[in-house]
Amino acid sequence: MLDSAFFQEWLRYFNGIIRPAIGATLRMVTASMFFAFILGFLLAIVLVIYSPHGLRPNKRIYGILDFFVNIIRSFPIIILIVAISPITRMVVGTTIGEKAAILPLTIAAAPFMARIFENSMMEVDKQLIEAARSFGASDLQIIFKVLIKESIPSIISGTTLSIIYFLSATTLAGAVGAGGIGAVALNYGYQSFNNSILYTCVFILLIMVQIIQMIGNWLYKKFV
Amino acid sequence: MIKIEELSKSYNDFKVLDNINIKIKKGMIYGIIGRSGAGKSTLLRCINGLESYDSGSLIVDGVDVKSLNSKEIREFRKNIGMIFQQFSLLSRLSVYDNVALPLRCWKYKNSYMDKKVKELLDIVGLSDKIHSLPRELSGGQKQRVAIARALSMDPKILLCDEATSALDPKTAKSIMDLLCRINQQLGITIVIVTHQMSVVKRTCQEITIIENGKAIVNGPVNEIFLQQPKALTNLIGNKDISIPTDGVTIKILLSDKNSKKPIVTTMAREIGIDFLVLDSELDNYRNNLLGSIMINVDDKHFHKVKVFLDRNNIAWTFVDNGNNQVN
Repeated sequence: MLDSAFFQEWLRYFNGIIRPAIGATLRMVTASMFFAFILGFLLAIVLVIYSPHGLRPNKRIYGILDFFVNIIRSFPIIILIVAISPITRMVVGTTIGEKAAILPLTIAAAPFMARIFENSMMEVDKQLIEAARSFGASDLQIIFKVLIKESIPSIISGTTLSIIYFLSATTLAGAVGAGGIGAVALNYGYQSFNNSILYTCVFILLIMVQIIQMIGNWLYKKFV
Repeated sequence: MIKIEELSKSYNDFKVLDNINIKIKKGMIYGIIGRSGAGKSTLLRCINGLESYDSGSLIVDGVDVKSLNSKEIREFRKNIGMIFQQFSLLSRLSVYDNVALPLRCWKYKNSYMDKKVKELLDIVGLSDKIHSLPRELSGGQKQRVAIARALSMDPKILLCDEATSALDPKTAKSIMDLLCRINQQLGITIVIVTHQMSVVKRTCQEITIIENGKAIVNGPVNEIFLQQPKALTNLIGNKDISIPTDGVTIKILLSDKNSKKPIVTTMAREIGIDFLVLDSELDNYRNNLLGSIMINVDDKHFHKVKVFLDRNNIAWTFVDNGNNQVN
């Protein structure tokens, strides 16, 4: 089975289908994670301000945001993509392809990351907030100069976790028209009974996860 | 400097602070003591507005803390430094950056900041640790950094919330000496909240004892320790001394005037009697030596002892079988 004809065919698939798919997956993950990070970060700041144990507790605002964060987080990613397809069509113009996948991925990831960042910031010793207040720091200064500053390592590890989680979500999105490595694994691998394609895709995902985790660990060590 | 009048605060139905009246003069080291949960830390936080209060007034330097809006209170807090039991340093910032943090928040110029931070680290004796991270420092050193940070805005008042409670006795002593030095050299009024008697004896001029949210006793430290009011014994507990059932047990109180004289031996020789010495204590209160000696005398000799003590103007009290003073 493992003769040169096999390798030639494998190489043909790899160059023609898998390699572009790797690019597509990386683009989808990078773009959605970029937007989700920014949105999630802003959302986390708002959550930290209005949280019951936050800087300016406000039950109503926190309650509403908390509710939405939980709703979006309770959708399985593949259902969310399908469910918000009308919105995707309105914004992007289509519901298939990598561009169309970025919007639902971002919407799914932003609350996920927000919760992680919120937890990171809330874990900072409450006495530090008191100390900062005691020398007259404003709420925004407390957030940026104390809470975020102190939780950077935890934010980095949370981001690494989210990216790896959403790399697999992006792969899943391949099942509903997003393209990328997941679509290749399903269409050319699983459904075409081509195990070499399927496991090549799995192996590539494994490498991607390893690399992301390594970068995350390296950054964590640098900032801790 | 700080005038607290009829201050009360409650959480739901629980009265944390109940009608507190305290006056703290400028340049003084004032102690607020009490058991955990007595409300002393809450009271301290009312002074710089970290906690609100329900009724009464708290006037600092002529300003009623309650009347300030959120912007004014930030400005007001520049005048009041604060240090905590757990030091509250940012673990990811160097000593320099920790001390500079308040100055950064108030957007001081870098050149001023640089000068100020170095000057403060010099005062607390940590100039050589300027680039260290808090995790590389000992507890005492961390508290010194916290003190430097608290002084960075040139405050008039320094609040210390159990500042020495997490330190070993020797380190605690050096922190107390630093606080006394700051008080004398910079003229900063210091308010100390603590449950450690050693802190009170060593540093405070006046104290208030807080019990269940009420200010039970206040006044100069040496007077309170001589009088041994109930609130104080509640706090430090009675020594476990078995008092003989026969005879009369009395406590001779030594003030700074007679604490260096050999009173009991003189008495024994002059009136020619024997007695049991049950307990004696001698402590340094700032610079005054104060203490007490507890003796048990035969009923028939008691009168002579009383005459001797009264003639020499030495204060004394009866002690009952439960080791309580009877005045």
